[in-house]
Formats: sequence, structure tokens, C-alpha cells
Amino acid sequence: MNPDPARSDPAGADLAGLALAVLAVAPEAAGGIWLRAQAGPDRDRWLAALRSHAVPGVPFRRMPAGIAESRLIGGLDLAATLASGLPVTERGLLAEADGGYLVISMAERLDPWLASLVAATAETGELHVERDGVTQTLPAHFAMVALDEGIDDEAPPAILTERLGLVLDLAHARFGDLPFSFETVASARARLPLVATSARIIGELCAAAAGFGLASLRPSLQAVGVARALAALHGRLDVADEDAILAAALVLAPRAVQWPSRQEQQEEAPPPPPPDAETPPPEQPPQDQSGDPPDDVMSQSALAALPAGLLADLKARAASGRQRSAGKAGAREKNARRGRAVGVKPGDPRTGARLGLIDTLRAAAPWQKLRRGASFGDGTIAVRREDFRIVRRRARRRTTTLFIVDASGSSALQRLGEAKGAVQLLLAECYVRRDEVALITFRGRVAEMVLPPTRALARAARALAGLAGGGGTPLATAIDTARQVAEGIMRSGRTPVLVFMTDARANIGRDGQPGRERAMADARQAARELAALCQTTILIDTANKPGEAAAVLADAMEARYLPLPYAAPELVVHAVSQERPAPRAAHRA
Amino acid sequence: MSAEAYGAQRPLPEREENLRETLGGHMQTVDRANRTVRVTPAPAPRQRVPFPFSAIVAQEEMKNALILSAIDATIGGVLIFGDRGTGKSTAIRALAALLPRMRAIVGCPYGCEPGRPAASCEHCQRLSLEKGRRGQAESHLVAVPVVDLPLGATEDRVVGALDLERALARGEKAFQPGLLAKAHRGFLYIDEVNLLEDHLVDVLLDVAASGENVVEREGLSIRHPARFVLVGSGNPEEGELRPQLLDRFGLSVDVETPTDLETRIEVVRRRDAFDRDPEAFADAWRGRDAGIRRRISAARKRIGSMTTSEAALRRATELCIALGTDGLRGELTLIRAARALAAYQGEDTVEEEHVRVVAPMALRHRLRRSPLDDSRATARVERAIGEVFGS
Repeated sequence: MNPDPARSDPAGADLAGLALAVLAVAPEAAGGIWLRAQAGPDRDRWLAALRSHAVPGVPFRRMPAGIAESRLIGGLDLAATLASGLPVTERGLLAEADGGYLVISMAERLDPWLASLVAATAETGELHVERDGVTQTLPAHFAMVALDEGIDDEAPPAILTERLGLVLDLAHARFGDLPFSFETVASARARLPLVATSARIIGELCAAAAGFGLASLRPSLQAVGVARALAALHGRLDVADEDAILAAALVLAPRAVQWPSRQEQQEEAPPPPPPDAETPPPEQPPQDQSGDPPDDVMSQSALAALPAGLLADLKARAASGRQRSAGKAGAREKNARRGRAVGVKPGDPRTGARLGLIDTLRAAAPWQKLRRGASFGDGTIAVRREDFRIVRRRARRRTTTLFIVDASGSSALQRLGEAKGAVQLLLAECYVRRDEVALITFRGRVAEMVLPPTRALARAARALAGLAGGGGTPLATAIDTARQVAEGIMRSGRTPVLVFMTDARANIGRDGQPGRERAMADARQAARELAALCQTTILIDTANKPGEAAAVLADAMEARYLPLPYAAPELVVHAVSQERPAPRAAHRA
Repeated sequence: MSAEAYGAQRPLPEREENLRETLGGHMQTVDRANRTVRVTPAPAPRQRVPFPFSAIVAQEEMKNALILSAIDATIGGVLIFGDRGTGKSTAIRALAALLPRMRAIVGCPYGCEPGRPAASCEHCQRLSLEKGRRGQAESHLVAVPVVDLPLGATEDRVVGALDLERALARGEKAFQPGLLAKAHRGFLYIDEVNLLEDHLVDVLLDVAASGENVVEREGLSIRHPARFVLVGSGNPEEGELRPQLLDRFGLSVDVETPTDLETRIEVVRRRDAFDRDPEAFADAWRGRDAGIRRRISAARKRIGSMTTSEAALRRATELCIALGTDGLRGELTLIRAARALAAYQGEDTVEEEHVRVVAPMALRHRLRRSPLDDSRATARVERAIGEVFGS
């Protein structure tokens, strides 16, 4: 049965309904969906609809954000092992989701490490288990539903979103009646292997991806797969233009980092009417050789298919130059809090240390025959005190060095250069130390996080290139921002070290209004609040003639004061290294 | 995978908490009331057809590096770093299909090579003593292992540990070899190598350097040979690699997403064709893959009798001096890689040109690094090549 023809008009498409139909028809080709939505009835309704359209009986496994690694991958099932006296393995959640859907709750809070595990499994469709003496390769084909409740810049780790073909913002999508019935979805599933994609369509989707500035090839591939699913849903055996347009709207446009060139003029004009499915237009050579920006008819049409609110939202994001996927993956190392187990040793678990159950079992195993003979005869495992193994952990006392650099006024360029130099040198150290570096600059009225905490050189290099200087000195705002960032760093289990590089001549107040006196008072107030955090702070006075202003401020924030009019990067690094909390890898039981 | 696997109705497990799998992958039903365990053989896992190596579009340097390390294991493996979605892991998984089979002693848990008792495990050394000079141990042809070290692997599975099943069921103290044993004489592949946990990196560094895995845990005292080619891939945005580990890789390749639209279209087109019908696609490329395999075999035979021209040696040394690479490792790798390339091309002598071609991949990760200058390592090598070869 074919749907109402009006629904295949891309301009008025119900993206939410389409996305779920595609995910029900071709879970593998789509990879999954990045579903931005707050928890609520709409999201529940969407998930329920996906479930009712999927193959009946396939697993839907919910993965909470704080899931343990062992549960995700599987390993030895201790309860069953102890009960039966034989090693019994536990199936990991990823294997349980095989053939169905993995619903990732609060994906924006997902630990990058866990995200890598999920991504690696999704990539191969197989779960390789090499844990606790268990070696298994289990099928794990699943489509992911990443529920993202993030606000502003929060986003799931890029390693995950890369593999989620569909992107949907429920707040902007029109989610009315479902466009396809269960029967249509089922017959589309059967038709899907027969659907062909012409070389022209593939070429246009690739061109559209280029037009949106998408470097990775995955979105193009996913768009082709989604277009085929859409064709199958519409009862076609060849992908038509409107399928490709909708696929571009579902896969490519929401990831846009740039806008296709002719966008501006065409914005007011109504979108070009989609060509009739029966008569594929002969126009459009597969590829323009002229060196023009890639042909953007398709991307234009895809944009036209997006709801107006979403479009505005996307444009604002692209305009701010911030790529959502760049995210803060490096900053959210939640592992740090619990410290990573580095091994086990014999010991008494009652001292508060965690029992290494599997290693305890291993220690007990060789004696079972002997002990069973003596007292146990019922197949349970005899564990004695000397078998106990406790987990040794490495407490991570890693630091994040946060530079707050004054980019105002005339000497900004030089100071920025010095800061860049210092960040670079520190990053070289981080190589060995595995510490992180972050950079905040302030000028005009704002303080901006230029480089989120990272130890990735590639990202740092990109962020540092092309920093601008000049403007007022919103010192209070900068200190406030620094405090917030430092709190975030502490929450993630790291130790922040703050390095201010400024001449401390504030002239923009907290409220963004100019005025030196007020601004200085605000700055001192902010400094005192920062001091309450009790963190290591260094203030480097970069004024040509180091003066009282900076010294007073340093005093207020209980910072070490360093007058360095020409702060050579080496000196800065030296100063920071001295202030760094020394014991980094203390072992505790 | 086709949609059909999703379409297949699968029966829901009857009692989920009772259905478990044993270590061998057999289905096992635990009946707690009667304390019995019923074991049924596991269903054979579905074999996934890998994407054919020869069908990988562009990325010539990556493909070359993999082929060279397949020809000569002493080159020391490949590190592939680059953007997401560039087919890094596809290429490495496809490599397995290109490797000619190898001869191994029957019954040896480590797949030892016949006729080389000195490099063998205890089992095979004993065997060769028993057989004496009269005859060789029985051997057979096996596939070269390409072992995946998955993220989240625990140390006991990497190095090997007490076999829990035999210990608990029969009270035997037996060694369950780990991934390092499995990878002996083959390849050990680590995807997202920069995310590997530190204590596993330490183990790897130690074993890769000595070629031997020494296990001292749980009352076991085992040593066995573990010589493998390390192949790693990763995305620099996820974090950097420890310099010591970086140094273990013979060759390193930076891959970038192709920017040329034609190439991109070709990649998507082939991938689409593969996804729709993997078997047919693999069939269509099988001939070309077999061609590469034959060339690798021929190159391996030839490599022992190759000569290296004086000029090539000189250029290699000059290059290393110009770039200030530490130690002799770079030079050695450079010559070995050049020799493998010459052998692959069917030549008898290693010439300057071979050195020139492999220089970037053999040297770019050995430069004394200045932070943030990472992306320019390739440019620095190119510049040095320009100077030394006077182009």
C-alpha cells in the first residue's frame, strides 16, 4: 500500500515519522539515530512507535549512562559460577541487543571510553569478548538509538555520533500521525534488498555532503542507505530524487558545518517541486567538472525539507563556527573518579578495598578438588580466606592546566603568542603525564573557552590557530568563567591548575558595562570567590611595568604572583610545573 | 548484512536468566533446583565476508604499508592514524585474506614453525628432542592468525592465565593461553590503539621487544614465544599515543579522507554495492585479491636473495642523518621496507627509488617531535627527501 502522495512531498515531510520508519526498515544501513529530545511524552511516543514498527520480538535493550563495562561486554557470571561450581559466562548487553536496538540513555553524558566500546562493536557487528578468562565472539548487529537530552554544546561523543546515520531533533520536528503503517514497513523491509541506487543519485548525495562541509565519508554512505530505505517505503525499486532529498535532510543537513553556496538567494523562494517519480529527469549530469562548488540542488532541497525552527537553529550553530561533534569528549573523564584497576593482590577485603572476585575465584580454583573432599560435597566453590584478592587501583591525580589569557588591548597579540607557546610546551609534557590543557581568552565583553580541556594535539593546534585580540578587559567575567570551568574539572575528578595571564587592568564590569572602578571591584570580588575553591592559581602579570593592580588581584585570589612582562613560554611552563601537585600516581589499596 | 537477518523471526529465550553460555561458547542451561547443567553445542557463528582489500579506493600508502609488513614481518608492523571513516580497520581486516598460509607443528598451542626448535615453545622443543635428528615433527598448513585485541580486554586474556574451567571442573592447574599466544607468528591488531589502557600497553611493549611472553601468576610459571606484527589504528582526536609504543611500529601512515569528489563517490559506490550483496561483491574482487596474495608469496621467496645497491644504502643513511632520527632503528626499517617493496615489484636489487618511496612511512613517526608540529612531520620528511635526493 502506498502512502498518501502528499506525504512524499519533501517540503512538508514528517521527519520524525520518516526517521522511525527508516530505522525500522533498515536498521543496519542507518546505523542508528541521534535523537535530540528532552524526556517526555513525545519521546516516549516516538520510541513506542519505533518498537511497534520494528520486527516483532526483536530486542530493545536500554543502556544506562552509568553502565559497568563488564555488563556491557559480558564476562564471567559470578553468581551462576558460584552456584553451579562451573564457570558460567554472562552475555554482555551489546550481544543481547543483537538483531534489535540499543537504546542509549543520556548519550550526552556517556563516558567516552564506553562510547568507544559500543562504537567498536557496532562497526564490526561482532562483540569480541576477551575478559575474565572468557573468549567469545558473539554476533552483535544492532541499531543504536542515542537519546540526547543535552543543552547547548553538550553532545554524545563524536566516536558514537559518527555511526548514527539519522539525526532528529524532536523539538523541531513535526511529529503527527505516523506516515507508514506496520504493513508498509514490513513490505518495505522485504523490498529493500532489491532497491537499486543509480550512480547519479550516489554522486549527488556525495556532492551534497561536500556542500554541507562534511569531511567524513560515513554520512554519504549512510545517506545512500537511508535513501534506499525511503524508496522501499514508497514502494519503489529505484531510489528517486525525493528519496535522496529526504535522506539528505535526515542525515546530511543536521550535521552541516557550512552552508551550500547558493543558499542565501534561494531561501525566500519556494523549494523546487520534486520531480515526479515516474519520470526521472534526464537533467543533472552526475558531476560538474567545472570546479564550481559542488552542485547543490540536492542540498537546497534537503534544507527546504527541514522545519524552519530547526533550520534557524542549525544555522546559528554553524555560524558560531562551533562544531557540535568536536564536543568536550576529552573533558569528561568520569573514569578518573574511580581510578582504573591496575591489578590485584592478596588481602583482606574488609578494609574497604574492593574484592577482586574473579581473581579470588582463580586463586581458589586449584584447591577445589582437595577442599571438596574435606568438607564440601555439594558442588559449591570453597573459598578460603587466603584466596581473597583485592583490587589495586591507581588513583588518578591528573591535572588540567587552565590558561586564562587576556586578549584585550594592544599587546594582546604578543601575549596570545606567549600563551600559545606555553600551551604547546605543556602539551608536550602532557604526552608523558597524560594531563590536560585548556585555554580561555577574554576580550571585549566576553570570556570564551577557546580550547576545552584536551590532550589531543591535533585539536589543540586547530583551536590555537587564528586567535584574535583587541578590545576591553572583562576581567571579572573571565574569573567567573574560570571558576566555573575549574569546578567542572574538579567534578570530573581532575585537579585544576589555573594560570592567569593578564595585566589586571579591568575596564568592563560583570554586567558588561565599561567603567574602570566598577570593573576592578567586580574583579576583586570574583577573585575572592575563586579563592574559596582553594585551587592552585598562578597570576602572571604581563603588564610592561608590573604594577600593584595585578599584585592585589593575585592576593585576592590567593594566587602566586609572577611579574613576567615578557613571559617567555619556558618560564611560564617552569612556573606551572613547580606549582603542580606532585604525587600523581599514588597507589592505594 | 542484509535486512533479512533482521526480518527473521527469532524465538524469545524461554527463561533468560537460565540460558548462559559456557567458556567454549556452548549453550548451557543451569537448573538451580536440581544443580544440573545441560550443555548443548553452540550454533556456528555467522561468517562475515570482509570487504576485499583490492576494492579499497585510493589510500595507496596505507595499502602499501600493509602489504610490505605482510612480506617482511621484521619491518615491525604498521600504525595507521587518521580521520574517522577512512577505512583504516576495513583495510586491516581485509589483510587477513591476503596472507599466504603458513606451516605449523600439529598440536602446538602456539603454532610453532617446524624445523626451528630454538624459536619454539617448550612443547615443540620436547617434541624435537624426542624425534631426534631422524625426522621432523608433523606439520600442517594453517591460516596466519590475525588477532583482534578488543577494547575492554582484560590482562588475563591478553597474557594468558589459569584455565578457570578446568580448574573448577576438574581441579587441574592448566594454562589458558592468551591473545599474545594466539597472535604468535601472525598479526595483533589493536583498533583505537590510543585508547588502550596503560597496563596493557606496558605488557605489549615488553613482549614485543623480547618476542617472548612470560607469565608468572596464580601459581603458573609459563613462558612461550610470542612474536607478532603489531598493527594499530586510531584517530588522533581521541588522544595521542605513548612515544614508546609509537616507536614499536615499523611503519606509520597518516590517512585522510579523500577530498576529491570523484574518489568519494567511488568509495560510496563500492561500499554500497558491498553492503547490498557482500558475497557477490567479494566474488567480483577475488581475482585481484588473489593476485596480490601471489605477489606477496613471490616477494617472500625472493627477499632472501636480494641485494641492496650502495647508492640506496647511502641515501638511507643520509636521510636519517638529515632528519636526525634517533638510533639505528629508523635506518634498518627503512632498508627493510625498501627491500620488501623491491621484492614486491619483482626486482632483484634495492635501488634509491625504493628508499625514496618508503621513506615517509618508515620515518615520519621517528622524528624528534615538537608539539603541535605533528601534522607537519610528513612535510619534514618530504623536504629531507627533496634535499637528499636532489629533486
